[in-house]
Amino acid sequence: MRAWRLYLSVAASGFRRYATYRVATAAGVFTNTVFGFILAFTFLALWTERPHLGGYDRAQALTFVWTGQALLAAAALIGGGFQEELQERIRTGDVAVDLYRPFDLQLWWLAADLGRAAFHLLGRGLAPLAVGALFFPLALPLSPLAWLAFLGSVALGTVTGFALRYLFALTAFWLLDGTGVSMLSTLLSMFFSGMLLPLNVFPGEFGALVRELPWAATMQVPADVLLGRYAGAGGLLRAFGFQTAWALVLLGAGRLLQAAATRKVVVQGG
Amino acid sequence: MGTQDGTYAAGVPDGAPAAGEPDGGRGRASGPGTLVEPGGAGERAGAEGDFIVLDELEKVFRVRRKVGRLRRERREVRAVDGISCTVARGEMVGYIGPNGAGKSTTVKMLTGILTPSGGRLRVAGIDPSRERTRLARRIGVVFGQRTTLWWDLPLRDSYALVRRIYRIPEARYRANLDRCVQLLDLGSLLEVPVRQLSLGQRMRGDIAAALLHDPDVLYLDEPTIGLDVVSKATVRAFLRDLNAAEGTTVLLTTHDLTDIEQLCKRVMVIDHGRLMYDGALSGLHEVGESERTLVVDLERELPPIEGVVGARTVRVEGPRQWLAFPASASAAPIVSQLAAEYPLADLSVREPDIEDVIARMYTGS
Amino acid sequence: MARPCSESSVLPAETYGARAWSGLRAYGHIVAMWVRSTMAYRTSFLMLAAGAFAGSVLDFVAILIMFSHVRVLGGFSLPEVALLYGTSSTSLGLADLLLGSFDRIGARVRDGTMDTMLVRPVPVLAQVAADKFALRRLGRIAQSVLVLGWGVYAAHVDWSPGRQALLAVTVLAGGAIFGSLFVLGGAFQFWAQDAAEVQNSFTYGGGTLLEYPPTVFAKELVRGATFVVPLAFVNWLPVLRLLGRDDPLGLPGWVDFAGPAVAVLCCALAGLAWRAGLRAYRSTGS
Repeated sequence: MRAWRLYLSVAASGFRRYATYRVATAAGVFTNTVFGFILAFTFLALWTERPHLGGYDRAQALTFVWTGQALLAAAALIGGGFQEELQERIRTGDVAVDLYRPFDLQLWWLAADLGRAAFHLLGRGLAPLAVGALFFPLALPLSPLAWLAFLGSVALGTVTGFALRYLFALTAFWLLDGTGVSMLSTLLSMFFSGMLLPLNVFPGEFGALVRELPWAATMQVPADVLLGRYAGAGGLLRAFGFQTAWALVLLGAGRLLQAAATRKVVVQGG
Repeated sequence: MGTQDGTYAAGVPDGAPAAGEPDGGRGRASGPGTLVEPGGAGERAGAEGDFIVLDELEKVFRVRRKVGRLRRERREVRAVDGISCTVARGEMVGYIGPNGAGKSTTVKMLTGILTPSGGRLRVAGIDPSRERTRLARRIGVVFGQRTTLWWDLPLRDSYALVRRIYRIPEARYRANLDRCVQLLDLGSLLEVPVRQLSLGQRMRGDIAAALLHDPDVLYLDEPTIGLDVVSKATVRAFLRDLNAAEGTTVLLTTHDLTDIEQLCKRVMVIDHGRLMYDGALSGLHEVGESERTLVVDLERELPPIEGVVGARTVRVEGPRQWLAFPASASAAPIVSQLAAEYPLADLSVREPDIEDVIARMYTGS
Repeated sequence: MARPCSESSVLPAETYGARAWSGLRAYGHIVAMWVRSTMAYRTSFLMLAAGAFAGSVLDFVAILIMFSHVRVLGGFSLPEVALLYGTSSTSLGLADLLLGSFDRIGARVRDGTMDTMLVRPVPVLAQVAADKFALRRLGRIAQSVLVLGWGVYAAHVDWSPGRQALLAVTVLAGGAIFGSLFVLGGAFQFWAQDAAEVQNSFTYGGGTLLEYPPTVFAKELVRGATFVVPLAFVNWLPVLRLLGRDDPLGLPGWVDFAGPAVAVLCCALAGLAWRAGLRAYRSTGS
């Protein structure tokens, strides 16, 4: 039970820490809003030509845009999470100290990232969504249950996203330069999470494949949950199941990689 | 801050030149130094050969602090509060003071990083805040906490860049580089990226970088902080030779009295933005009436030691006792007397803290 | 031993021209050093450049996917959008390559390395512009030029020499406008160190905006992007003229050629802002 309290406090301190970056958060909200406007107009033009593209109507497409911008910071879709810190610690060798501490490295960073995500959801999520709702006709649900389901999906999506980024960050144990890996991770996330275009719009077989990838769990699935595309208990189960399955698989892979890294550190003496 | 009025007059030794005269404040090694009278010395045009001239130099920062939930109060922080002094070519001057006294701020104004709020400042006849780049060619700066080199590049590449930026002629560059590499033992480090150097190695690298263009004056801001003993000795020896052989003016900001003792004939003490003392180091101890401490470990616990000539017991803890005696006096007769009269297990001498010296100066005797 | 004060190393007071020239020379030297250092790790550089290329490809793939569903977007065909995308992305890529470090000024002020720059006999602007020069950004420029090339080929435009010249000038002037936005954002960070992201929303956001035709956006946004932040002069106005279309605001014809003039004005304004910011920094310290 002691362990839970530890990780809870790590999450709380992660929240508090990012809460102190007031100016940076405000600047981030501004950026999200600007990009929200640009993408919203682009989608409007696209959906005007093809009114039911990807199974969304115009209001739903617009909601998709603003939901994406709202989740951008929380789910660290284009970077901004813990990855750089962890990679720096690995590069300098400080991580060796962490590996000998009586807590689990992966859970530690998960807790810290969730704390950060919670703050970013509030601090950088609410405002863009509100602005979007003000200027565009959105298809936001009215029932609190739908919002609750959305939050649950966001939480699962963030964990999946964390698991992905953790795997990429751990490669710093083996690679000298982390910039290439970070760039790759950001690119894949930007494209395959649905941030640029809804994955339902991706054509044919490519689209079908892309919707099964783990990145879809970070943004596409939560957005679709909000839009009510996973109707009923069965639908929600499918959505949550998809996210949870990927989260578990990737977290497991992360633990394997972490064990290999720990062995490497022990053998080489840090 | 105003309580210093009047308490200094008692401290000025007889026969010493007053601060207002042109010779005042120069501090030669033979004579005692002077305390600086508050209230300014009037027009300091600077005599012929004065390289650095400060005249009532001021730097005021406006700080906004949160008071309570919403209100912000504005405070003025006078980081440098009317400093006047001159430094001649070829002098090696120590610039000491406690944390937050205004040392770094003064150096930043001298190098053109900060613009003064008031007063007059000239280095080689140039106003640093107006003609920053023109002055930059003639000065070298070594920051203690951060490097002036390029973090990701090897040392050699950094030096090559310095050569280009300062437009150093090839032959001069070669000669200076070779000399610095030899004297500072940089030969094995030239291919190493700066970020992989240890603190001591980086400091030596920084010093070399600052001297490649033959600057007229070298500013060192806490250069020995965090260095091991060997590196400190190397750096000090190098600076001594530099000043003697090249006539480079050196201004050394430090928190470490040993740096001053080993290098500088003249020392300026700053506290709360004001120049408290400007003269020789020995004079500082006299004027500050600072004391050294003898830490005596007796064989057993005894009542406080008394009757020792020239020392008084200030603290007792079990078998250990602390005795204070004037810093300018020798410890030898006190030690002999103690050894004769008391069962000694061990003893050591502690030097006065610069903070103690200044604190004493501030409050009078 | 001691040198007399009146020696000939005392330089005459520097004029603006002399400062600019010395800044440019120093920029060249510093950039050359970074390039040489990058080339020492050639495989790593090639991988990163390829990564930058791939990243921008994905960017354009999104537009391709859009056009797999429609024939026109906002009334513009794919080759026409490729022209817009190519000009915007190349201009931004050039500015990013040549002036890449201005979003880090806040960090430099915070950790004190700005002071290090102030101690050197080189204008700070040149040092910041050359700092961490990233040759790998050529990857993005390469991709943009390819898209632009395809757009030139596939669009129904009669490419007379005059039109070709206009296109070339557009890309360069656009780069200058983006560059001035970078400098402006950097100057802004002297006052608000954490606000680097605001700058990004104008530069990268602006770049994304200009990839799409102006007919897609609301009139207010187009007005803002023309009169408040002169992004429209980067590629919208000139390219629309090349395509023989009217701009949505119905502006007089000559503004289509105003790109270079606007670029000069923006650079001047950015320069003034930079001086003001540096002056403020030197007054208040870090």
